[in-house]
Amino acid sequence: MGVIYLDHLSGTPLHPRVQEAMINHINTVYGNPVSDHQVGQQAAQALEKARSQVAALINADPSEIVFESGGTESVNHAIKGVAIGMREKGRHIITTNIEHKAVLNSLRTLRLLDYTVTSLDVDSYGLVDPAAVEAAITPGTILISIMLANNEIGTLEPIADIAKIAQKHKVVCHTDAVDAVGVIPVDIKTLGVDLLSLAANQFYGPPGVGALYVRKGTRIWPLLDGGMQENKRRAGTENLIGIVGMGVAAEVAKEEMPERLPRIRALRDKLRDGLVARIPEIVINGHPTQCLPHLVSVSIKYIEGESLMLMLDEEGIAVATRSACASGSLRASHVLISTGMDFATAQGTLLFSLGRDNTEAEIDRVLEVMPPIVQTLREMSPLYKKGHTA
Amino acid sequence: MYSEIVMDHFKNPRNVGEIPNADGVGEVGNPVCGDMMNVYIKVEDNRIADIKFKTFGCGAAIAVSSMLTELAKGKTLDEAMKITNKDVAEALGGLPQNKLHCSNLGADALHSAIKNYLDRKSGKLKDLGKDREEHVKSREAEACYCPYCSKQVEEESPFCIFCGTEIHHEHDH
Repeated sequence: MGVIYLDHLSGTPLHPRVQEAMINHINTVYGNPVSDHQVGQQAAQALEKARSQVAALINADPSEIVFESGGTESVNHAIKGVAIGMREKGRHIITTNIEHKAVLNSLRTLRLLDYTVTSLDVDSYGLVDPAAVEAAITPGTILISIMLANNEIGTLEPIADIAKIAQKHKVVCHTDAVDAVGVIPVDIKTLGVDLLSLAANQFYGPPGVGALYVRKGTRIWPLLDGGMQENKRRAGTENLIGIVGMGVAAEVAKEEMPERLPRIRALRDKLRDGLVARIPEIVINGHPTQCLPHLVSVSIKYIEGESLMLMLDEEGIAVATRSACASGSLRASHVLISTGMDFATAQGTLLFSLGRDNTEAEIDRVLEVMPPIVQTLREMSPLYKKGHTA
Repeated sequence: MYSEIVMDHFKNPRNVGEIPNADGVGEVGNPVCGDMMNVYIKVEDNRIADIKFKTFGCGAAIAVSSMLTELAKGKTLDEAMKITNKDVAEALGGLPQNKLHCSNLGADALHSAIKNYLDRKSGKLKDLGKDREEHVKSREAEACYCPYCSKQVEEESPFCIFCGTEIHHEHDH
């Protein structure tokens, strides 16, 4: 048996159709979309086709899609672009305590430039309260940036409600939807946000390419200054090979989602319920129903996540750890701590993220292999008392 | 990421467990910061006749504990006190830079166990249980340390103010 890959949040393998389209593009197109000759216009056509494909995935107009170098750049562009674009109106931004580092660190930079940030608490499921968002709005608030799906516990935030509040108060609303787009249906019209970040490597497209949805009329400054690419919103010659891959990945995601979703969710439920049944004293993180369908975040008491991840890797099972990097010096996940989890339990957290290629046999294998490994590590742990042995 | 020796000691750790009625116990670290190590020693004729460990921590922390017990076994107390963190890391064929902190924990736990033995022998300590509890408590309050240079840093600090290295607070993707 090959590697059982259960770390799709870190990146998905290329879909065969994406791979084919990218190779075909490499072999036939080499021009620059800004050139007016035929070779350049061939490239421009490929670029605009991909833009339409990505727009269709989230029900946006193609003119509202800006290609970026990935989810991180998309988030940086949204936050810093609005901060600069709206600086005349105010310097206050609202976010939550459980955002991805791209959001947290963009805001850290803006704090240096005298912007102020209100970071909201979440409940034990990781949910933010829309009423708390409204209460935090001041006359100087220019942006609300809250993720659609949390990348560590999978909880889906009430973004549609938050966007309504933002609209009412005329505040720009951005959502980091990197872990949701291409996995679950995301419709920009239903969500009502002004800005939305997505990345191709979450839905079987290549890494290093993403997009920012910018609703018509949103005041946003470029992050990269230079030429007039992307309708003057993102300068620099496009990563056209990646963009073509992202376009096809978006098209395939839309096509396959009705089949993928229930199948992956069933496997996820089997994994989650199997772990709960076979391993005592574990905690399943995130909201039980309002959550991503392909993710299980589990905190295993008395042991540390990295050693468990390494032992599973020895068995050919690839998962992510959400503990501190376990060097003995770093704090546990800010997301789990924000949900009220104690530090020791948070250190023993594993994140499984499933994908379209996973099978029931693979889940069975994980459920067979993992309990004895957990027991071995617990026997080694000074936190595990003999009385706990079942 | 880890050397072959580290992976061998991680996968097949030597001397795991507790020693009932140990002559000395050393406890360092705490689960808040990610690693915790207990070392138990049995002393005969001023030598470490037996040594066992229990560790909560990453792969490096477990490998360090295992290697430490191998290095210390059979040594005189004086010799064992001279085992340094560097010795443990070198015996393991090196550790990744951001895991060097784990080797500090190893030698500290051993030295703490030896001191505990000497204190009990000289009558400084009567009630072992009480001392252990206080020891763990005092550690709980401690701050976290830079994984590269081991100096104390602010918990949320994005980089170490001593060595300048950026600190990654968790795995990003």
